[in-house]
Amino acid sequence: MTDDAILLETRGLKKNYGAVVALRSGDISVRAGEIHALMGANGAGKSTLVKVLTGDVTPNAGTIRLEGREVRFNSPANARKAGLASVYQDVSLVPLLTVAQNLRLTGTTMAAIRPWLEELELGDVDLAEYARDLPTPTLHLLDLAQALASLPRLLILDEVTATLPADLSERVFRVARRWRDEGRSVVLISHRMTEVKALCDRATVLRDGSTVGVVDLASSGQEEIVSLMLGPAAASVVVSEGAVADTAPAPKVDPSPAVEVRGLRSGLLQDVSFTLRRGEVLGIVALEAQGQADLFECLSGNRRPDAGEILVQGKTRRFRHPHEAIGAGLVLVPADRALALLRQRSVLENIALPMVNQLKRWGLINTRAERKRVKAATDRLEIDTRAGSRVMRLSGGNQQKVTIARWLATGFVTLLCFDPTRGIDIRTKEQIYRVLRELAASGSAVLLFTSELPEIQLACDRALVMFGGRVVAELTAHDATEAALLRAAHGLERGGTGPAEAAS
Amino acid sequence: MSAQAIARPRVAPNVARLLRRNAWTLGTYGLFVAVMIFTVAIHPNYGPFEVQSLVVGALPLAFAAVAEACVVLGGGIDLSIGAMMAVANVVAARYMNHHDFQTAILVSVLVLVGGTLAGALNGVIALRTRVPDIVVTLAMSFVWGGVALLILPQPGGGAPDGFLALASGNVLTPWIPAGIVLLIVVVGAIWIPVKLSRIGLALYAVGSDRTAAFRRGVRIGPTRVFSYALGGFFAACGGLALLMSTGIGSPLAGTIYTLSAISAIVLGGVSLAGGRGGVMGPIIAALVLTMVPADLILSGTDPNFGQVIQGTLIVLVVMAGGLAPLLRSRRRAIVPGASSG
Repeated sequence: MTDDAILLETRGLKKNYGAVVALRSGDISVRAGEIHALMGANGAGKSTLVKVLTGDVTPNAGTIRLEGREVRFNSPANARKAGLASVYQDVSLVPLLTVAQNLRLTGTTMAAIRPWLEELELGDVDLAEYARDLPTPTLHLLDLAQALASLPRLLILDEVTATLPADLSERVFRVARRWRDEGRSVVLISHRMTEVKALCDRATVLRDGSTVGVVDLASSGQEEIVSLMLGPAAASVVVSEGAVADTAPAPKVDPSPAVEVRGLRSGLLQDVSFTLRRGEVLGIVALEAQGQADLFECLSGNRRPDAGEILVQGKTRRFRHPHEAIGAGLVLVPADRALALLRQRSVLENIALPMVNQLKRWGLINTRAERKRVKAATDRLEIDTRAGSRVMRLSGGNQQKVTIARWLATGFVTLLCFDPTRGIDIRTKEQIYRVLRELAASGSAVLLFTSELPEIQLACDRALVMFGGRVVAELTAHDATEAALLRAAHGLERGGTGPAEAAS
Repeated sequence: MSAQAIARPRVAPNVARLLRRNAWTLGTYGLFVAVMIFTVAIHPNYGPFEVQSLVVGALPLAFAAVAEACVVLGGGIDLSIGAMMAVANVVAARYMNHHDFQTAILVSVLVLVGGTLAGALNGVIALRTRVPDIVVTLAMSFVWGGVALLILPQPGGGAPDGFLALASGNVLTPWIPAGIVLLIVVVGAIWIPVKLSRIGLALYAVGSDRTAAFRRGVRIGPTRVFSYALGGFFAACGGLALLMSTGIGSPLAGTIYTLSAISAIVLGGVSLAGGRGGVMGPIIAALVLTMVPADLILSGTDPNFGQVIQGTLIVLVVMAGGLAPLLRSRRRAIVPGASSG
């Protein structure tokens, strides 16, 4: 620790995709011989920073210095030559080539990789198998072995442990420690706070695409990281918008269950049970890839679950098609508006699309009734329809309102909202919260997944926190402060310091 | 428990795996044998002449199929293969006419170089302009189609007999047509070194998963241009083969080969999504696709109905091929926990 030579230092790295800024100002400084954590909430820019560092994408601005010298990488191969190797979140082996062929592509010799295969206990893997035919954890470890074989000075692990069972994660940590002991460096991205605390020396925290602080993990605790991730701005947003939840009228409807989920399993979803009642907005909070997407897919009929059951108003339902879920009153508002809308068509057609079957008269669409119902929905949501001849010309917020208006016009019991306010301006957000509250007050049930934690207290009655494919906490709106949610979402017990081993 | 999940024991011996991976190609061989048996059965005196004419007839399509396979394996598609064949065909017919064998060979070499450059041009345009390759090559097919008509407005021209004999002659015995030897030598000389080198591996990698290939260190752009250039080379071979089989140049004869080539590669086990397949399957499929219409005429079926049968055959074969991955994914879904402990 006496020799604090800086191995890698970046200044003001910036990357935008069109109008979306993924990374505003990424600064990170990694010393030789340390394990450095990179932390931040969803969409904070961690993965983009890694991609920029390894030449997977080129930054719009900013500098990267390796041992004091400025470098520029235009491909991962280039970065690897300079001593930066990365294991990505998504596996990067070519699926239709054998493992051996994949190794040949990177120019990795068997002699170089053999010891690392042994180290990671992969000696038994048949290298003549197609990458496609091997399980994902094996591929991640193979990817790691191959990265190690190039003996990088800096090894970057982007959420490698997210898909690994505990014993395999331990193998990764063993290698990371060895790397540090040999005077090389590791950058670790992980959502698991306990993992970071146990393994890493320092942590750089990103928020909204900018580096907001560097924490020495030996001397400071999780609280400091959590508060950095939250930032001071979060609190002020809540105050300025006013508590929508408080002003909404109290539900007068009989709180019978609209949807019950029992032991649901599918994809990343391990075992989830909960009840969603009429007249409430139930929030779902989770970090990336904790099973929330699978939950919404199952509920909206996009996918059949592996196990467990879904009860709609007391009756077990097995949806084979979204059309059946819509028939049962479960309708989805996805985050990606392009998925929900016919971008080239008019507002009217988009809203009327699911209800054409209700409006048929002698096989033709009753256009007057159609217009009337669409008008009622657009008025209620205050949709600006001046550019309504093509939905793609509307603003993002208005597009999202069209998605909701469609279901208002069609009719539903349960509204499933998957991150509906992503990339929407604050005024429209507020309108959407208000609509959700009103819907609940009039007897509908709303399930709301959101990646913006302040929304929970603004719009929800209760919140469930998911981690590792399970529900790990249930909080009332009052208790669901950002800090409490964030802590639970990282697999930490409420207020405590011990780990919640929900992932094993 | 997860230690077992990752260390998959080598239960399947290598032979079984080899069979599994080449199942489609083997299936194509099977289809070929079946059609061959049918042909011999309805054809009382099947002999060297029939073999000869089959090979001569199938040769242009076989080259066209190899050309398309090279592009599709790399994740692209080329709709100008037939038009490039037409240009190669008319250029060769015009400049070889009334010349000796040496000149014919010289012209052939120039045509092959030109074909390679034309293919590379397709790749470069698609890459630089970011216009989808299907659009670029469709547009180029009109360009080359027009060029072919400019060079030779009506069917005509010709080539020295020695040159034609490269396809229509035979080697050692009347049972071995020269055309099949030519095909094996040319395709083997180009494809085998490619397949064994890093560029061949890169070609398959880019076709399979572009992002993963990029992260593995493959240079995507040059690899894609290479696959189009290779396609152009074999398209030029196809144009020369067309001259060998018909004896004259024809500006319009080549154009039908684009769609026939796509039929042949699909039948021959090349995935249109890229990265899967080879060139042997398409070559065999080209032979099958040449035999089927001839057999139908011979057995007295209306030739127009023959087209219906050919189309049905392709759909059925591809459907059968689509079953295998479906069954595999079902099987995998039953054994969960491999990825999540």
